[in-house]
Order: sequence, then structure tokens, then C-alpha cells
Amino acid sequence: MKAKVFVTLKPGVLDPQGKAIEHALGGLGFDGVNEVRQGKVIELDLAAEDEAKAESEVEAMCRKLLANTVIENYRIEIEA
Amino acid sequence: MKSAVILFPGTNREKDMADAIERASGRRPDIVWHRETALDGYDLIVVPGGFSYGDYLRCGAMAGNSPIMRAVKDAANRGVAVLGVCNGFQILTETGLLPGALLRNAGLKFICKYTHLKAERCAPPFTQRLTPGQVTEVAVAHNEGNYFADDATLDRLEGEGRIVFRYCDAAGRVDATTNLNGSRRNIAGIVDTTGRVLGMMPHPEDATDAGLGKTEGMPLFESVAEALVSA
Repeated sequence: MKAKVFVTLKPGVLDPQGKAIEHALGGLGFDGVNEVRQGKVIELDLAAEDEAKAESEVEAMCRKLLANTVIENYRIEIEA
Repeated sequence: MKSAVILFPGTNREKDMADAIERASGRRPDIVWHRETALDGYDLIVVPGGFSYGDYLRCGAMAGNSPIMRAVKDAANRGVAVLGVCNGFQILTETGLLPGALLRNAGLKFICKYTHLKAERCAPPFTQRLTPGQVTEVAVAHNEGNYFADDATLDRLEGEGRIVFRYCDAAGRVDATTNLNGSRRNIAGIVDTTGRVLGMMPHPEDATDAGLGKTEGMPLFESVAEALVSA
């Protein structure tokens, strides 16, 4: 079973990389960009065969390591 | 004073740290490899700077979850003094020993330069040799030194007198123009609720040898050596 974890900075946390991308897009003539926030995607290949179990495992992984919940939010997608 | 300096793969500031501690206390620290699981009999444990685990995932995230950090946490809970500098500060926030997190510098540049620090909390075991308001000049060398915590946490840190250093200029001015990396409220170093766990981004160990130009980091190490005279 595969899972994807999307880790993003919480609203209100400064994202200088997102800002730099925003400016670069503006420089390339993309005028309609109000804001850019950068995050990361982590892909996991799991031994678990039960979707609920996989999700609870990944949830624990996010809290322990994959995300720093002081500054980041995470969202899990399980691909059955 | 018996001390340990923790070494992770990618740590690179352990020798200067060990030199600084030896200069102040007369005793060379043990360098302890990250696979060790016990830290008994130490008065001071230092997590030095560097790029532990290549800064993979987030700075300090891998090191923060390593076996040795469980031992550091246990020691801190027993009241052992713990100092984290630069990557060590990042690791202490990742383990939860200190609140907040260190983000990418606001200017997106690695900053390697001298900066002024204003001492705020001047209390044992780390800073009783400094006086409140005293300005020292030490080096910073980091890409992720932008201290972040939510407003409630910042208010608590200030209310409890847990801010040890803020970025300032030579005159001690603390404002947006003297904030070199975007840290909230110019914070450069904080302690935990007990005052015995200190994390800071600047490198006091780099300013302890007159031959290398500066000795303004010495009071911190002299404070520790004075406060932690072991049996």
C-alpha cells in the first residue's frame, strides 16, 4: 500500500522560499500570482494491507518525525 | 566539571567546543558518539554545531530522534545542564527540550559573520558572568537560524525571563534593522523552564581564543565552569 504525506508550513509561518519563488514568477511575467507557499511531498511504500491501519501508522510517523507540528501541517493520502 | 560533547555524523564544531570548555574548566570533555545510549555522571552535556545527518528532512530532525538524544533528555530531566549551539539548538527544539523551531533565514542566505548579542537573562549555570544589557560580539554561521514560536509561547518566554540573548547592534539596539535572520523578537538564545537547558544560534565557542581574535564567548564557559564545579 502506498501513502503520500504533504507537509506544508502553517499559515502565519514565514516562508522565504515561497516568497523567492513568487518574485521569480513575477519576473517571468506571471502576474496573477498572489502568494506562493512551498512544502514537500513524502512518498511511502507500506507493508500494511489495511487502509485504516496504514493511515494510523503514517499519522504516528508524521507526529514523530515527518512533520514538525510547531511550524508545519501535514495531510495524508492513502493510495489503496 | 565533567562534560560530554555529542557527535553526530555531520557534526563539525565539536573540537572548538571541547577546546572552549577545556579553557574554562581545565578539563577536556568526552566526545560521545551518537550511537551511545547512556550519559551518566556528567555535569554538562553539549550538542554542538554542524550539519547532523546532512540536515535531511529538517535541520536537527534526524538527530533529534536518535538514541543518544533520549539519553540527553533523561539527563536534562535529572537536572543536568544541557547546551545546544547552532545545529545543537535546532536539535534541542526538535527533541522538544526547548520550545519553537528554527526556520530558513528570512534573507534566504547562509549567514557567516560577527554579530552583536545583548544579554538578557544573566543567571547560573550559563550566564551569571554576564550583566543584563551587556553587548558581546560573537560569530554566527547558519542557514536556518530564524527563530519561530507562536505569540503565546513568545509572551511566556519573555514573562518567565527565559530569553538569554537577542540580536542587536554595537550600541545594544534591538529592532528590525539589527535582526540578521528574521528571528521573532530578535531572539538568539533561550532556556527551558528550569533554566538549565540553553539553546542559541551564535557560536560562543568561536570567541574563546585570543589568538583567533575574540574572547567574548568566554564568560559563558566561565559561568558554566563556575556553576558546575563537580564533586
